[in-house]
Amino acid sequence: MNDGPVIPDFGQATECVRENRLFCTEWVRDNWEPVLQPALLQHVKLTVIAVLVGFAIAFGAALLAHRYGFVERPFALVSAVLYTIPGIALFQLLVPITGISVLTVEVALVGYTLLILFRNVLEGLRATPPEVLEAARGMGLTTRQTLWRVELPLALPAIIAGLRVATVSTIALATIAAFVIPEGLGRPIFTALREYFKTEIIAAGALAILLAVTADLGLVLLQRALTPWASARRVAA
Amino acid sequence: MGLGPAGGGMSTFGGALEFIVDRHELVLDKTWEHLVLSGAALGVALAIAVPLGVGLGHLHRGSFVAINLANVGRALPSLAVIGLGLAFLGFGFANVLVALVILAVPPILTNAYVAVDEVEPEAVDAARGMGMTSWQILRRIELPLALPLLFAGIRTASVYVVASATLAAIAGGGGLGEILFNQASYRLEGVVGAAIVVSALALAADALLGLLQRVLTPRGVRSDVPAFEPDVVHAGTA
Repeated sequence: MNDGPVIPDFGQATECVRENRLFCTEWVRDNWEPVLQPALLQHVKLTVIAVLVGFAIAFGAALLAHRYGFVERPFALVSAVLYTIPGIALFQLLVPITGISVLTVEVALVGYTLLILFRNVLEGLRATPPEVLEAARGMGLTTRQTLWRVELPLALPAIIAGLRVATVSTIALATIAAFVIPEGLGRPIFTALREYFKTEIIAAGALAILLAVTADLGLVLLQRALTPWASARRVAA
Repeated sequence: MGLGPAGGGMSTFGGALEFIVDRHELVLDKTWEHLVLSGAALGVALAIAVPLGVGLGHLHRGSFVAINLANVGRALPSLAVIGLGLAFLGFGFANVLVALVILAVPPILTNAYVAVDEVEPEAVDAARGMGMTSWQILRRIELPLALPLLFAGIRTASVYVVASATLAAIAGGGGLGEILFNQASYRLEGVVGAAIVVSALALAADALLGLLQRVLTPRGVRSDVPAFEPDVVHAGTA
Protein backbone atom coordinates (compact mmCIF):
# COMPACT_ATOMS: atom_id res chain seq x y z
CA MET A 1 0.00 0.00 0.00
CA ASN A 2 2.01 2.98 1.13
CA ASP A 3 5.44 1.41 1.44
CA GLY A 4 7.31 -0.94 -0.81
CA PRO A 5 7.96 -0.27 -4.46
CA VAL A 6 4.88 0.25 -6.58
CA ILE A 7 6.70 -1.00 -9.62
CA PRO A 8 8.33 -4.43 -9.35
CA ASP A 9 12.09 -4.31 -9.17
CA PHE A 10 12.86 -5.06 -12.79
CA GLY A 11 16.60 -4.91 -12.15
CA GLN A 12 16.83 -8.26 -10.42
CA ALA A 13 13.55 -9.79 -11.51
CA THR A 14 13.60 -13.02 -13.42
CA GLU A 15 12.37 -13.20 -16.96
CA CYS A 16 9.13 -14.77 -15.78
CA VAL A 17 8.44 -11.83 -13.46
CA ARG A 18 9.50 -9.24 -16.05
CA GLU A 19 7.10 -10.68 -18.56
CA ASN A 20 4.40 -10.99 -15.87
CA ARG A 21 3.62 -14.56 -16.77
CA LEU A 22 0.73 -16.27 -15.03
CA PHE A 23 2.71 -17.84 -12.19
CA CYS A 24 6.41 -17.61 -11.31
CA THR A 25 7.37 -20.23 -8.74
CA GLU A 26 10.74 -18.65 -8.01
CA TRP A 27 9.11 -15.36 -7.04
CA VAL A 28 6.96 -17.17 -4.48
CA ARG A 29 10.03 -18.96 -3.13
CA ASP A 30 11.99 -15.71 -2.81
CA ASN A 31 9.13 -13.73 -1.34
CA TRP A 32 7.70 -16.32 1.00
CA GLU A 33 9.61 -15.06 4.01
CA PRO A 34 9.52 -11.29 3.45
CA VAL A 35 5.98 -10.99 2.07
CA LEU A 36 3.68 -14.00 2.16
CA GLN A 37 4.50 -15.60 5.49
CA PRO A 38 4.08 -12.43 7.61
CA ALA A 39 0.81 -11.66 5.79
CA LEU A 40 -0.42 -15.18 6.47
CA LEU A 41 0.43 -14.94 10.17
CA GLN A 42 -1.25 -11.54 10.47
CA HIS A 43 -4.27 -13.00 8.77
CA VAL A 44 -4.44 -15.88 11.24
CA LYS A 45 -4.09 -13.45 14.14
CA LEU A 46 -6.86 -11.14 12.88
CA THR A 47 -9.13 -14.14 12.41
CA VAL A 48 -8.42 -15.86 15.74
CA ILE A 49 -9.01 -12.68 17.75
CA ALA A 50 -12.24 -11.91 15.90
CA VAL A 51 -13.66 -15.41 16.25
CA LEU A 52 -12.71 -15.71 19.94
CA VAL A 53 -14.19 -12.33 20.88
CA GLY A 54 -17.22 -12.91 18.69
CA PHE A 55 -17.75 -16.33 20.24
CA ALA A 56 -17.50 -14.96 23.78
CA ILE A 57 -20.15 -12.31 23.04
CA ALA A 58 -22.45 -14.57 21.04
CA PHE A 59 -22.16 -17.44 23.52
CA GLY A 60 -23.03 -15.17 26.44
CA ALA A 61 -25.94 -13.69 24.55
CA ALA A 62 -27.20 -17.11 23.52
CA LEU A 63 -27.10 -18.39 27.13
CA LEU A 64 -29.05 -15.30 28.17
CA ALA A 65 -31.55 -15.79 25.36
CA HIS A 66 -31.90 -19.46 26.28
CA ARG A 67 -32.82 -18.47 29.83
CA TYR A 68 -34.69 -15.23 29.11
CA GLY A 69 -36.44 -15.52 25.76
CA PHE A 70 -36.94 -11.78 25.28
CA VAL A 71 -33.19 -11.28 24.70
CA GLU A 72 -33.32 -13.21 21.43
CA ARG A 73 -35.14 -10.76 19.16
CA PRO A 74 -33.12 -7.60 19.81
CA PHE A 75 -29.78 -9.40 19.65
CA ALA A 76 -30.73 -11.30 16.51
CA LEU A 77 -31.98 -8.11 14.88
CA VAL A 78 -28.85 -6.08 15.61
CA SER A 79 -26.53 -8.89 14.52
CA ALA A 80 -28.59 -9.45 11.36
CA VAL A 81 -28.27 -5.79 10.37
CA LEU A 82 -24.52 -5.93 11.07
CA TYR A 83 -24.29 -9.09 9.00
CA THR A 84 -26.06 -7.52 6.04
CA ILE A 85 -23.89 -4.40 5.84
CA PRO A 86 -21.13 -5.09 3.28
CA GLY A 87 -17.74 -5.62 4.93
CA ILE A 88 -15.88 -2.97 3.04
CA ALA A 89 -18.61 -0.44 3.86
CA LEU A 90 -18.62 -1.35 7.55
CA PHE A 91 -14.85 -0.86 7.74
CA GLN A 92 -15.17 2.60 6.24
CA LEU A 93 -18.16 3.48 8.42
CA LEU A 94 -16.08 2.67 11.50
CA VAL A 95 -13.05 4.68 10.43
CA PRO A 96 -14.47 8.04 11.63
CA ILE A 97 -15.20 6.45 15.03
CA THR A 98 -12.28 4.14 15.76
CA GLY A 99 -9.72 5.49 13.29
CA ILE A 100 -7.45 3.63 10.94
CA SER A 101 -6.55 0.88 13.35
CA VAL A 102 -6.66 -2.82 14.06
CA LEU A 103 -9.57 -2.00 16.37
CA THR A 104 -11.69 -0.85 13.41
CA VAL A 105 -11.02 -4.08 11.59
CA GLU A 106 -11.62 -6.28 14.62
CA VAL A 107 -14.88 -4.54 15.56
CA ALA A 108 -16.19 -5.17 12.05
CA LEU A 109 -14.95 -8.77 11.92
CA VAL A 110 -16.44 -9.53 15.35
CA GLY A 111 -19.71 -7.95 14.24
CA TYR A 112 -19.93 -10.39 11.35
CA THR A 113 -19.44 -13.51 13.47
CA LEU A 114 -22.23 -12.65 15.92
CA LEU A 115 -25.29 -13.67 13.91
CA ILE A 116 -24.02 -17.11 12.89
CA LEU A 117 -22.58 -17.99 16.29
CA PHE A 118 -25.57 -16.70 18.25
CA ARG A 119 -28.05 -18.55 16.09
CA ASN A 120 -26.15 -21.82 16.13
CA VAL A 121 -25.49 -21.84 19.88
CA LEU A 122 -29.12 -21.02 20.61
CA GLU A 123 -30.51 -23.57 18.13
CA GLY A 124 -28.13 -26.15 19.53
CA LEU A 125 -29.28 -25.52 23.10
CA ARG A 126 -32.93 -25.62 22.09
CA ALA A 127 -32.56 -28.88 20.20
CA THR A 128 -32.16 -30.92 23.40
CA PRO A 129 -34.88 -33.59 23.31
CA PRO A 130 -37.52 -33.03 26.02
CA GLU A 131 -37.17 -36.58 27.32
CA VAL A 132 -33.47 -35.95 27.96
CA LEU A 133 -34.33 -32.79 29.90
CA GLU A 134 -36.89 -34.72 31.87
CA ALA A 135 -34.37 -37.44 32.67
CA ALA A 136 -31.92 -34.77 33.85
CA ARG A 137 -34.57 -33.25 36.09
CA GLY A 138 -35.47 -36.71 37.35
CA MET A 139 -31.83 -37.29 38.31
CA GLY A 140 -32.02 -34.15 40.43
CA LEU A 141 -29.88 -31.88 38.26
CA THR A 142 -30.32 -28.15 38.80
CA THR A 143 -30.94 -25.80 35.85
CA ARG A 144 -27.28 -24.86 35.78
CA GLN A 145 -26.11 -28.47 35.96
CA THR A 146 -28.51 -29.38 33.16
CA LEU A 147 -27.07 -26.59 31.02
CA TRP A 148 -23.41 -27.53 31.48
CA ARG A 149 -23.70 -31.31 31.64
CA VAL A 150 -26.56 -32.03 29.27
CA GLU A 151 -27.59 -29.18 26.99
CA LEU A 152 -24.17 -27.79 26.08
CA PRO A 153 -22.52 -31.13 25.27
CA LEU A 154 -25.51 -32.02 23.08
CA ALA A 155 -25.30 -28.60 21.41
CA LEU A 156 -21.60 -29.04 20.57
CA PRO A 157 -22.09 -30.17 16.95
CA ALA A 158 -24.28 -27.14 16.21
CA ILE A 159 -21.88 -24.82 18.05
CA ILE A 160 -18.86 -26.10 16.13
CA ALA A 161 -20.80 -25.93 12.87
CA GLY A 162 -21.36 -22.26 13.67
CA LEU A 163 -17.68 -21.80 14.50
CA ARG A 164 -16.80 -23.30 11.10
CA VAL A 165 -18.97 -20.88 9.20
CA ALA A 166 -17.84 -17.94 11.32
CA THR A 167 -14.15 -18.80 10.96
CA VAL A 168 -14.28 -19.37 7.24
CA SER A 169 -16.22 -16.20 6.55
CA THR A 170 -13.94 -14.20 8.84
CA ILE A 171 -10.91 -15.46 6.91
CA ALA A 172 -12.59 -14.37 3.68
CA LEU A 173 -13.59 -11.01 5.10
CA ALA A 174 -10.22 -10.31 6.68
CA THR A 175 -8.68 -10.03 3.21
CA ILE A 176 -10.64 -6.80 2.81
CA ALA A 177 -9.10 -5.46 6.01
CA ALA A 178 -6.12 -4.48 3.89
CA PHE A 179 -8.12 -1.51 2.64
CA VAL A 180 -7.96 -0.07 6.14
CA ILE A 181 -4.75 -1.41 7.71
CA PRO A 182 -1.74 -2.91 5.94
CA GLU A 183 -2.20 -6.37 7.43
CA GLY A 184 -3.26 -9.81 6.34
CA LEU A 185 -3.29 -11.60 3.03
CA GLY A 186 -5.37 -8.83 1.50
CA ARG A 187 -2.29 -6.67 1.54
CA PRO A 188 -0.23 -8.59 -1.05
CA ILE A 189 -3.40 -9.15 -3.10
CA PHE A 190 -4.17 -5.46 -3.05
CA THR A 191 -0.60 -4.39 -3.85
CA ALA A 192 -0.42 -6.91 -6.67
CA LEU A 193 -3.78 -5.76 -8.04
CA ARG A 194 -2.47 -2.22 -8.32
CA GLU A 195 0.65 -3.39 -10.10
CA TYR A 196 -1.28 -6.06 -11.95
CA PHE A 197 1.38 -8.58 -10.92
CA LYS A 198 -0.27 -11.93 -11.60
CA THR A 199 2.00 -14.22 -9.58
CA GLU A 200 1.42 -12.31 -6.36
CA ILE A 201 -2.35 -12.08 -6.92
CA ILE A 202 -2.58 -15.82 -7.47
CA ALA A 203 -0.19 -16.79 -4.67
CA ALA A 204 -1.83 -14.62 -2.03
CA GLY A 205 -5.34 -15.39 -3.25
CA ALA A 206 -4.66 -19.12 -3.19
CA LEU A 207 -3.15 -18.81 0.30
CA ALA A 208 -6.31 -17.11 1.57
CA ILE A 209 -8.47 -19.87 0.09
CA LEU A 210 -6.15 -22.61 1.44
CA LEU A 211 -6.22 -21.04 4.89
CA ALA A 212 -10.02 -21.08 4.89
CA VAL A 213 -10.18 -24.70 3.73
CA THR A 214 -7.57 -25.79 6.29
CA ALA A 215 -9.40 -24.01 9.12
CA ASP A 216 -12.65 -25.63 8.04
CA LEU A 217 -11.11 -29.11 8.03
CA GLY A 218 -9.42 -28.48 11.38
CA LEU A 219 -12.74 -27.58 12.97
CA VAL A 220 -14.37 -30.70 11.51
CA LEU A 221 -11.66 -32.80 13.16
CA LEU A 222 -12.16 -30.89 16.42
CA GLN A 223 -15.86 -31.61 16.27
CA ARG A 224 -15.23 -35.32 15.75
CA ALA A 225 -12.78 -35.38 18.66
CA LEU A 226 -15.15 -33.52 20.99
CA THR A 227 -18.28 -35.47 20.12
CA PRO A 228 -17.22 -39.11 19.81
CA TRP A 229 -20.84 -40.22 20.34
CA ALA A 230 -21.87 -38.52 17.09
CA SER A 231 -19.42 -40.53 14.98
CA ALA A 232 -20.31 -43.71 16.86
CA ARG A 233 -23.88 -43.08 15.81
CA ARG A 234 -22.74 -42.40 12.27
CA VAL A 235 -20.99 -45.76 12.14
CA ALA A 236 -24.01 -47.51 13.62
CA ALA A 237 -26.38 -45.91 11.14
CA MET B 1 -4.14 3.42 -0.07
CA GLY B 2 -3.57 7.01 0.91
CA LEU B 3 -5.89 7.18 3.86
CA GLY B 4 -5.42 10.51 5.59
CA PRO B 5 -5.81 11.07 9.30
CA ALA B 6 -9.15 9.80 10.55
CA GLY B 7 -9.97 13.12 12.22
CA GLY B 8 -13.50 14.43 12.08
CA GLY B 9 -15.18 11.84 14.27
CA MET B 10 -18.95 12.06 14.08
CA SER B 11 -18.81 15.20 11.91
CA THR B 12 -17.50 12.96 9.13
CA PHE B 13 -20.95 11.41 8.95
CA GLY B 14 -22.51 14.84 8.49
CA GLY B 15 -20.00 15.48 5.75
CA ALA B 16 -20.79 12.12 4.23
CA LEU B 17 -24.51 12.89 4.06
CA GLU B 18 -23.67 16.29 2.57
CA PHE B 19 -21.55 14.51 -0.04
CA ILE B 20 -24.46 12.26 -0.99
CA VAL B 21 -26.75 15.28 -1.38
CA ASP B 22 -24.27 17.60 -3.11
CA ARG B 23 -22.92 14.99 -5.48
CA HIS B 24 -26.19 13.15 -5.97
CA GLU B 25 -25.71 12.90 -9.73
CA LEU B 26 -22.41 11.07 -9.31
CA VAL B 27 -23.81 8.94 -6.48
CA LEU B 28 -26.92 8.00 -8.49
CA ASP B 29 -24.81 7.22 -11.52
CA LYS B 30 -22.51 4.90 -9.58
CA THR B 31 -25.45 3.37 -7.73
CA TRP B 32 -27.05 2.55 -11.09
CA GLU B 33 -23.79 0.94 -12.30
CA HIS B 34 -23.64 -0.98 -9.06
CA LEU B 35 -27.19 -2.27 -9.49
CA VAL B 36 -26.67 -3.21 -13.15
CA LEU B 37 -23.53 -5.18 -12.31
CA SER B 38 -25.16 -6.88 -9.32
CA GLY B 39 -28.34 -7.61 -11.27
CA ALA B 40 -26.45 -9.07 -14.22
CA ALA B 41 -24.34 -11.29 -11.97
CA LEU B 42 -27.37 -12.45 -10.04
CA GLY B 43 -29.29 -13.13 -13.24
CA VAL B 44 -26.55 -15.33 -14.67
CA ALA B 45 -26.09 -17.09 -11.33
CA LEU B 46 -29.83 -17.79 -11.09
CA ALA B 47 -29.92 -19.16 -14.62
CA ILE B 48 -27.13 -21.59 -13.76
CA ALA B 49 -27.83 -22.50 -10.15
CA VAL B 50 -31.62 -22.77 -9.89
CA PRO B 51 -32.18 -25.37 -12.66
CA LEU B 52 -29.13 -27.32 -11.56
CA GLY B 53 -29.98 -27.29 -7.85
CA VAL B 54 -33.68 -28.00 -8.39
CA GLY B 55 -32.89 -30.75 -10.92
CA LEU B 56 -30.39 -32.48 -8.66
CA GLY B 57 -32.74 -32.14 -5.70
CA HIS B 58 -35.60 -33.63 -7.71
CA LEU B 59 -33.44 -36.61 -8.65
CA HIS B 60 -31.89 -36.77 -5.15
CA ARG B 61 -28.48 -36.97 -6.80
CA GLY B 62 -25.15 -35.31 -6.12
CA SER B 63 -25.87 -34.42 -2.49
CA PHE B 64 -22.20 -34.35 -1.55
CA VAL B 65 -21.30 -31.76 -4.15
CA ALA B 66 -24.48 -29.73 -3.77
CA ILE B 67 -24.25 -29.45 0.02
CA ASN B 68 -20.53 -28.92 0.28
CA LEU B 69 -20.50 -26.33 -2.47
CA ALA B 70 -21.87 -23.79 -0.01
CA ASN B 71 -18.95 -24.45 2.34
CA VAL B 72 -16.46 -24.13 -0.49
CA GLY B 73 -18.19 -20.97 -1.67
CA ARG B 74 -17.94 -19.38 1.73
CA ALA B 75 -14.23 -20.12 1.81
CA LEU B 76 -13.68 -18.04 -1.32
CA PRO B 77 -12.67 -14.53 -0.30
CA SER B 78 -14.38 -12.20 -2.78
CA LEU B 79 -11.20 -10.14 -3.08
CA ALA B 80 -9.23 -13.26 -4.00
CA VAL B 81 -11.85 -14.34 -6.54
CA ILE B 82 -11.91 -10.93 -8.21
CA GLY B 83 -8.12 -10.85 -8.11
CA LEU B 84 -7.84 -14.30 -9.67
CA GLY B 85 -10.41 -13.30 -12.28
CA LEU B 86 -8.24 -10.32 -13.06
CA ALA B 87 -5.10 -12.42 -13.33
CA PHE B 88 -6.70 -14.92 -15.68
CA LEU B 89 -9.13 -12.75 -17.63
CA GLY B 90 -7.82 -9.19 -17.46
CA PHE B 91 -9.63 -5.94 -16.56
CA GLY B 92 -13.22 -5.03 -17.27
CA PHE B 93 -16.92 -5.64 -16.69
CA ALA B 94 -16.95 -9.19 -18.08
CA ASN B 95 -14.41 -10.73 -15.72
CA VAL B 96 -15.89 -8.97 -12.72
CA LEU B 97 -19.19 -10.47 -13.78
CA VAL B 98 -17.61 -13.93 -13.89
CA ALA B 99 -16.12 -13.45 -10.41
CA LEU B 100 -19.45 -12.29 -8.97
CA VAL B 101 -21.27 -15.21 -10.58
CA ILE B 102 -18.79 -17.62 -9.00
CA LEU B 103 -19.55 -16.03 -5.63
CA ALA B 104 -23.33 -16.10 -6.10
CA VAL B 105 -23.80 -19.64 -7.42
CA PRO B 106 -22.94 -21.70 -4.26
CA PRO B 107 -25.58 -20.34 -1.86
CA ILE B 108 -28.31 -20.48 -4.54
CA LEU B 109 -27.40 -23.96 -5.73
CA THR B 110 -27.08 -25.46 -2.25
CA ASN B 111 -30.33 -24.00 -1.01
CA ALA B 112 -32.20 -25.01 -4.18
CA TYR B 113 -30.88 -28.54 -3.83
CA VAL B 114 -31.66 -28.91 -0.13
CA ALA B 115 -35.07 -27.27 -0.54
CA VAL B 116 -36.25 -29.72 -3.21
CA ASP B 117 -34.38 -32.74 -1.82
CA GLU B 118 -36.00 -32.35 1.59
CA VAL B 119 -39.59 -32.03 0.47
CA GLU B 120 -41.50 -34.59 2.53
CA PRO B 121 -41.38 -37.93 0.72
CA GLU B 122 -44.99 -38.56 1.86
CA ALA B 123 -46.18 -35.59 -0.18
CA VAL B 124 -44.28 -36.81 -3.23
CA ASP B 125 -45.57 -40.37 -2.75
CA ALA B 126 -49.13 -39.11 -2.44
CA ALA B 127 -48.72 -37.13 -5.65
CA ARG B 128 -47.34 -40.14 -7.43
CA GLY B 129 -50.22 -42.19 -6.12
CA MET B 130 -52.59 -39.64 -7.64
CA GLY B 131 -50.97 -40.42 -10.97
CA MET B 132 -48.87 -37.26 -11.37
CA THR B 133 -45.91 -37.45 -13.70
CA SER B 134 -42.40 -36.65 -12.52
CA TRP B 135 -42.66 -33.22 -14.13
CA GLN B 136 -46.03 -32.49 -12.50
CA ILE B 137 -44.63 -33.53 -9.12
CA LEU B 138 -41.76 -31.13 -9.56
CA ARG B 139 -43.93 -28.24 -10.70
CA ARG B 140 -46.95 -28.66 -8.44
CA ILE B 141 -45.59 -30.30 -5.30
CA GLU B 142 -41.86 -29.89 -4.88
CA LEU B 143 -41.36 -26.37 -6.19
CA PRO B 144 -44.11 -24.69 -4.15
CA LEU B 145 -42.93 -26.47 -1.00
CA ALA B 146 -39.29 -25.66 -1.74
CA LEU B 147 -39.89 -22.00 -2.48
CA PRO B 148 -39.13 -20.54 0.97
CA LEU B 149 -35.72 -22.17 1.25
CA LEU B 150 -34.92 -21.56 -2.38
CA PHE B 151 -35.63 -17.88 -1.86
CA ALA B 152 -33.53 -17.77 1.29
CA GLY B 153 -30.56 -18.82 -0.85
CA ILE B 154 -31.29 -16.17 -3.47
CA ARG B 155 -31.54 -13.62 -0.69
CA THR B 156 -28.16 -14.60 0.76
CA ALA B 157 -26.58 -14.47 -2.68
CA SER B 158 -28.07 -11.05 -3.48
CA VAL B 159 -26.70 -9.43 -0.36
CA TYR B 160 -23.35 -11.07 -1.03
CA VAL B 161 -23.27 -9.86 -4.63
CA VAL B 162 -24.22 -6.28 -3.75
CA ALA B 163 -21.42 -6.27 -1.16
CA SER B 164 -18.83 -7.86 -3.43
CA ALA B 165 -19.73 -5.64 -6.38
CA THR B 166 -18.07 -2.86 -4.40
CA LEU B 167 -14.75 -4.56 -5.03
CA ALA B 168 -15.48 -4.52 -8.75
CA ALA B 169 -14.08 -1.01 -8.96
CA ILE B 170 -10.58 -2.39 -8.43
CA ALA B 171 -10.94 -4.48 -11.56
CA GLY B 172 -12.50 -1.76 -13.69
CA GLY B 173 -16.08 -2.92 -13.19
CA GLY B 174 -17.47 0.44 -12.04
CA GLY B 175 -20.05 0.90 -9.30
CA LEU B 176 -19.97 2.57 -5.90
CA GLY B 177 -16.54 1.11 -5.22
CA GLU B 178 -15.16 3.77 -7.52
CA ILE B 179 -16.03 6.33 -4.87
CA LEU B 180 -15.31 4.07 -1.92
CA PHE B 181 -11.78 3.24 -3.06
CA ASN B 182 -10.88 6.72 -4.25
CA GLN B 183 -10.28 8.69 -1.13
CA ALA B 184 -7.73 10.81 -2.97
CA SER B 185 -10.56 12.35 -5.06
CA TYR B 186 -13.54 12.16 -2.74
CA ARG B 187 -11.94 12.43 0.74
CA LEU B 188 -13.12 10.47 3.76
CA GLU B 189 -16.57 12.11 3.51
CA GLY B 190 -17.08 10.67 0.03
CA VAL B 191 -15.77 7.26 1.08
CA VAL B 192 -18.08 7.13 4.10
CA GLY B 193 -20.95 8.46 1.97
CA ALA B 194 -20.45 5.65 -0.55
CA ALA B 195 -20.24 3.17 2.34
CA ILE B 196 -23.61 4.44 3.61
CA VAL B 197 -25.18 4.02 0.16
CA VAL B 198 -23.74 0.50 -0.29
CA SER B 199 -25.03 -0.50 3.15
CA ALA B 200 -28.46 0.90 2.36
CA LEU B 201 -28.50 -1.03 -0.94
CA ALA B 202 -27.63 -4.31 0.79
CA LEU B 203 -30.21 -3.79 3.55
CA ALA B 204 -32.84 -2.82 0.97
CA ALA B 205 -32.08 -5.88 -1.19
CA ASP B 206 -32.34 -8.11 1.87
CA ALA B 207 -35.63 -6.55 3.02
CA LEU B 208 -37.15 -6.61 -0.47
CA LEU B 209 -36.29 -10.25 -1.09
CA GLY B 210 -37.47 -11.15 2.39
CA LEU B 211 -40.82 -9.58 1.55
CA LEU B 212 -40.97 -11.32 -1.82
CA GLN B 213 -40.11 -14.60 -0.12
CA ARG B 214 -43.05 -14.19 2.23
CA VAL B 215 -45.45 -13.25 -0.56
CA LEU B 216 -44.41 -16.19 -2.74
CA THR B 217 -44.62 -18.75 0.04
CA PRO B 218 -47.76 -20.90 -0.19
CA ARG B 219 -50.11 -20.18 2.68
CA GLY B 220 -49.94 -23.76 3.90
CA VAL B 221 -46.25 -23.65 4.68
CA ARG B 222 -46.14 -20.05 5.83
CA SER B 223 -46.03 -20.94 9.53
CA ASP B 224 -42.31 -21.53 9.71
CA VAL B 225 -40.18 -19.67 7.23
CA PRO B 226 -36.79 -19.44 8.85
CA ALA B 227 -33.91 -17.76 7.09
CA PHE B 228 -32.37 -21.02 6.06
CA GLU B 229 -28.87 -21.77 7.22
CA PRO B 230 -27.78 -25.22 6.02
CA ASP B 231 -25.25 -25.42 8.83
CA VAL B 232 -27.85 -25.29 11.53
CA VAL B 233 -29.83 -28.11 10.02
CA HIS B 234 -26.92 -30.21 8.84
CA ALA B 235 -24.81 -29.74 11.91
CA GLY B 236 -23.30 -33.18 11.42
CA THR B 237 -22.53 -32.92 7.72
CA ALA B 238 -18.83 -32.59 7.08
